[in-house]
Amino acid sequence: MGKTILEVRDLCTKYITRSHEDVYAVDHVSLSLEEGKSLGIAGESGCGKSTLALSLMGYYFPPLHYSSGEIIIDGRSITGMDPDTVRKTILGTEIAYIPQAAMNALNPTQRVIRFVEDVVRAHRPGTGKKEIYDMACARFAELGLPPEVLEKHSVELSGGMKQRTVIAISTILSPKVLIADEPSSALDVTSQKMVIKMLRSLMEKGYIKGMIFITHELPLLYNVTDDIMVMYAGQIVERNSARGMVFSPLHPYSKGLMGSIIVPEEGVREQKLTSIPGTPPNLKHPPRGCRFAERCAYVVPSCRHNEIPMLELEGGHTYRCGHSAQHLREMYQDEQK
Amino acid sequence: MNKSEGFVPAERGEHALPCLSGRGVTRVFGTGAKATVAVDHVDFDFHEGEFVSIVGESGSGKTTLSKMLLGLLSVTEGEISFQGKPRDISTRRRRREYWQGIQAIFQDPYSSFNTFHKIDAVLLDCIAMRGGRHLPMEKKREMMAEACGFVNLKFEELTNKYPFELSGGQMQRLMIARIFLLRPRILLADEPTSMIDACSRSTILDMLLNLRNETGMTIIFITHDIGLAYYTSDSVYIMEHGRFVESGSAHDVILHPKAEYTRRLISDVPKIYEPWDLSTV
Repeated sequence: MGKTILEVRDLCTKYITRSHEDVYAVDHVSLSLEEGKSLGIAGESGCGKSTLALSLMGYYFPPLHYSSGEIIIDGRSITGMDPDTVRKTILGTEIAYIPQAAMNALNPTQRVIRFVEDVVRAHRPGTGKKEIYDMACARFAELGLPPEVLEKHSVELSGGMKQRTVIAISTILSPKVLIADEPSSALDVTSQKMVIKMLRSLMEKGYIKGMIFITHELPLLYNVTDDIMVMYAGQIVERNSARGMVFSPLHPYSKGLMGSIIVPEEGVREQKLTSIPGTPPNLKHPPRGCRFAERCAYVVPSCRHNEIPMLELEGGHTYRCGHSAQHLREMYQDEQK
Repeated sequence: MNKSEGFVPAERGEHALPCLSGRGVTRVFGTGAKATVAVDHVDFDFHEGEFVSIVGESGSGKTTLSKMLLGLLSVTEGEISFQGKPRDISTRRRRREYWQGIQAIFQDPYSSFNTFHKIDAVLLDCIAMRGGRHLPMEKKREMMAEACGFVNLKFEELTNKYPFELSGGQMQRLMIARIFLLRPRILLADEPTSMIDACSRSTILDMLLNLRNETGMTIIFITHDIGLAYYTSDSVYIMEHGRFVESGSAHDVILHPKAEYTRRLISDVPKIYEPWDLSTV
């Protein structure tokens, strides 16, 4: 087993609304990421994927608040640090984040090199312009971006190019963990492939040591990450290897998600797509017992009353369901017949 | 849902009339040295009840073509025929008549609705457009409930709500409910699923297929994801730099592509049964 570079234990964070109500968006999430590995987080809109990503950075600003739990990056706990220290010593160097609308993050009035200077100087004050330029040129060239990009304004770049530029800027200080939140969902398939290739090369060249990749596109996660974790209503409901998750999902929600995969391959056209009826619960008042119970086809009365713990199977496969793994598999088999 | 159930598309023999066709359709932006040809002499025949996909990457001219089909953008050269006759949208009245026959669903459901109109008003408008303005309110409510039921929404929960109170997936479904009420001959869906998550996407695609099967509407589906085109369509047109490089049945074009560009588009989509080759970009 490799060295663990990111460990999260029982992390709980919440949003406090204007009417002073608590929304439990991340609820007792534990995860670990080993060096050289990537972890995918899947789930439908509003299940807490992006909130988890924000929470992992340890940089909280209202309405998001920290409640409990611990985040350890490379042996160093970052919980309880004040936001200013987190910004100066953690963000960019230990952990970097690419937000969903990264393409719109570039100020149109500035040249790209100015953003690189900003990032470098925030962490290493006093670095010379020439030094930063040379460093950026070398890194951009290595990631397959023409160094001329540095002299351009963001409006001169295409969507895919902008996204790759943002990734290159946010990883310029070689952070240990990169969190990519839907980095390719606004791009067409060709630009998406370029972004993925770039993220892969960042990992291969050792500029980042681990990656958390968030998307609802399951074929993409399957091809990019080693492990996939499925989130529902702020909780993790299953974690398995990418292959295991796509081909034999265990939790009824994961199974529903995998049923929505559409790829241009023989046989897919004849398959029946499954969609999960209903909508996720309101996290202001999360239901007792299993949070998926309202939408689950395999629900039994005990699901609604008992708190469901995370169960562990062989090979690091974990899931959260009131039914045993064997019983679930039998039910799925019966259904197929 | 079985895609072959319900409505059977008309035979595509020589005598079958296409409901929308184009010959040498071209659109040029700008003049002189700065002229950009966005759509370059394309020919197409979309038949009644057919689910057609137009696939291409960003900037290939898909949206320009769709705007010309809708009559929102003039055609620089060439001719578009609607139901066998050359299309006439020269006057306001003719345009309104044309839009009774063709309607659209766009990418961004949030910008498709008037924020100041409640959902009942939006649906009542659709009934009025089809000449149901003088129907009794009871009948109108029944029609609206039927349309909402078609897209798995509960009409009672939607009354008195504004569009922004719904999620992206619900709004896109409401767009389909509008189309269900309007019953145009042709529906043009321009990337209707690109802003919603994978889970709601399969619901929307199945609803579009259902709509075609129940009403026999022709659906023109514009997308950059060839996987979606494969799942839904009867026939596929592949567009590159304003031209169609390949067209035919979805099965032939996607499983046995001939054009280099089609092969590239297919290889760019992540797959699950075959390895995804990243070296080709």
